[in-house]
Amino acid sequence: MKRFYLSPPLAALLLAIILFLLSGLLPNGYGSDLDVARAQAANILRLSVFLGVIAAGQTLVIISGSEGIDLSAGSVVTLSAILAYVIVNGDDGKVLIALLVAVAAGALVGLLNGLGITFLKVSPFVMTLGMSGVVTGAIIVLNHGNVSGKVSPLMTRLIARPLSPDLQIPNAIIIWLIFGVLMWLLLERTAFGRNLFAIGVNRVTARLSGVNVTWMNIATYALAGALAGFGGFLVVGNTGVVFIALGQPFLFPSIAAVAVGGTLLSGGRGSYWGTMAGAIVLTLITSLLTTMQMPESVRRMVLGATLLILISIYGRQRALRQ
Amino acid sequence: MRLSRWDALMARHPAFFALTLLVISLIVNFILQPDMFAGDTLNSNMRVFLPIILLSVGQAIVILAGGIDISVGSIASIVNTILATRVGLDGTPAQMGQFVFISLLVGIAAGALNGFFVAILRLQPIITTYATSFLYAGLALFILPNPGGGVPQSIAALYRDSRPLGLPLAFYVIAILLLIWWYVSSTRYGRYLLAVGGRQQAAYESSVPVVWVQFSTYMISGFTAALSGIALTMLSGSGNADIGGPMTLNSITAVVIGGNALSGGVGGVAGPVMGAVTLGILQNIISFADIDTWWETFIKAAIIVLALATPGIVDLFRRKR
Repeated sequence: MKRFYLSPPLAALLLAIILFLLSGLLPNGYGSDLDVARAQAANILRLSVFLGVIAAGQTLVIISGSEGIDLSAGSVVTLSAILAYVIVNGDDGKVLIALLVAVAAGALVGLLNGLGITFLKVSPFVMTLGMSGVVTGAIIVLNHGNVSGKVSPLMTRLIARPLSPDLQIPNAIIIWLIFGVLMWLLLERTAFGRNLFAIGVNRVTARLSGVNVTWMNIATYALAGALAGFGGFLVVGNTGVVFIALGQPFLFPSIAAVAVGGTLLSGGRGSYWGTMAGAIVLTLITSLLTTMQMPESVRRMVLGATLLILISIYGRQRALRQ
Repeated sequence: MRLSRWDALMARHPAFFALTLLVISLIVNFILQPDMFAGDTLNSNMRVFLPIILLSVGQAIVILAGGIDISVGSIASIVNTILATRVGLDGTPAQMGQFVFISLLVGIAAGALNGFFVAILRLQPIITTYATSFLYAGLALFILPNPGGGVPQSIAALYRDSRPLGLPLAFYVIAILLLIWWYVSSTRYGRYLLAVGGRQQAAYESSVPVVWVQFSTYMISGFTAALSGIALTMLSGSGNADIGGPMTLNSITAVVIGGNALSGGVGGVAGPVMGAVTLGILQNIISFADIDTWWETFIKAAIIVLALATPGIVDLFRRKR
């Protein structure tokens, strides 16, 4: 008998679509109004972009295996968002510089993570957790609690507004699609991607097959930091405000999005498509619970229960008895 | 392969490094706060440290067996909200006793739920306990939507001010915990813990009851989280559904500073206890060192990272030589 099998990214995407269709039946849902439904779908997708981009770096470090995880992603998002905010300061001409600085700052934090994990043999969980504290501390030292800056019209135009008035799709979604294709190319069509999966499955065999594991590990964390930095730039472009707790709420959802998307948390197997679908599912559930005006307590419980159900479906590890 | 003396020391006594850190931080703290070993100061420090110590002990057991428990803080929150709402500011000692008992059962039940998902359904521990942490945090908020309630002053004083034989209550609790661990680690169960954490598959093939051992570690951490919640409630005297959440990551840091491997199979309980005390003392040092407020977060985090990296740095230099 052929076993019924649905790939995790597809399963997560189907779940998102079903949930969205069901949400139309809610008392304050979109009902039979197609325009409202489309606007709502676009809005949820737009909100998913930020979690999706931030979870991209998380996907890479988790695929790299050896308990790989990046707990500094949240504070890196805050750091790069604040840097972009301060540097741009309302001036369109400085957007590119701000973007580069945001990405570079993220990459620097990621590089430090990678060096500590690779050379000092600190486990990724505590190394990145510690760095998260260091980055938050650095932000406080740098801005002494008040930030003066401003996003520029160009940033808002590029991130939050639609491409043209006829096409009501915010640019962020288009950026995300391009980003998704690039991530796919990186993972599936480059030597970096092949080596990443190789070190995720087994570092010893990867080393024996000629992969430079040390370099790969450092590069992966640096790249993950850079991607979180890019995420921070997008977040500030969308919201237009910064505060010290801006990035932290993205941290654990970014790990959850990776898990929901079917990437093995033990490494070696996964995809960015899955993470994108996972980000959409999580954002959808969160915004549905908000629309339903559930109290915070119920929202937390439903989110926890949904996560449990999702990972019960395909997050199981190998059975002990084989 | 022969181990050098340093390697042998580190392998046989994983807590040695934790002890070094603890002694250094104690000395620094003593210089900044000369009366820290006086009865009152000692007691007021130890009663603040005890909740995180209790949390770290449970976390250490889970991590020893190769898991991790992100939900411990939320379990402590549930216990806090139960005590704060059901006992109340004018509750009787009998009520308190009754609900302390119920709290412990709730903690064990919450741990058993974690154990069910991780050990029996075989889900990945980090994401599973993250999910249940939401479940438990939501439940805590459901029981007590707004901060308030509490336990009577007279009962809270039992925790805050009891000093049998002039020593802080926390010392006795720590002594009991270490005695229990000293006994357990010499039993078959203690060896099973390390075996499961070291190499699960090999343990299973040597007929170690892997599922049961993993399941039990989560029940233990649920139980110690409940104890931590009780201590926390008596310490603060009031209820707040978000009281435990921020403590989770500290408990993990304490375990790692304590010399246990996060991947499991190496370490004990004494190290994590010292790690938790070190974290608390670090906070003390920073508040006494007259550091610019803006720098506090940064310095604390930098010291923790440095402490975690030190064994690696030592190793790096030894290999170069």
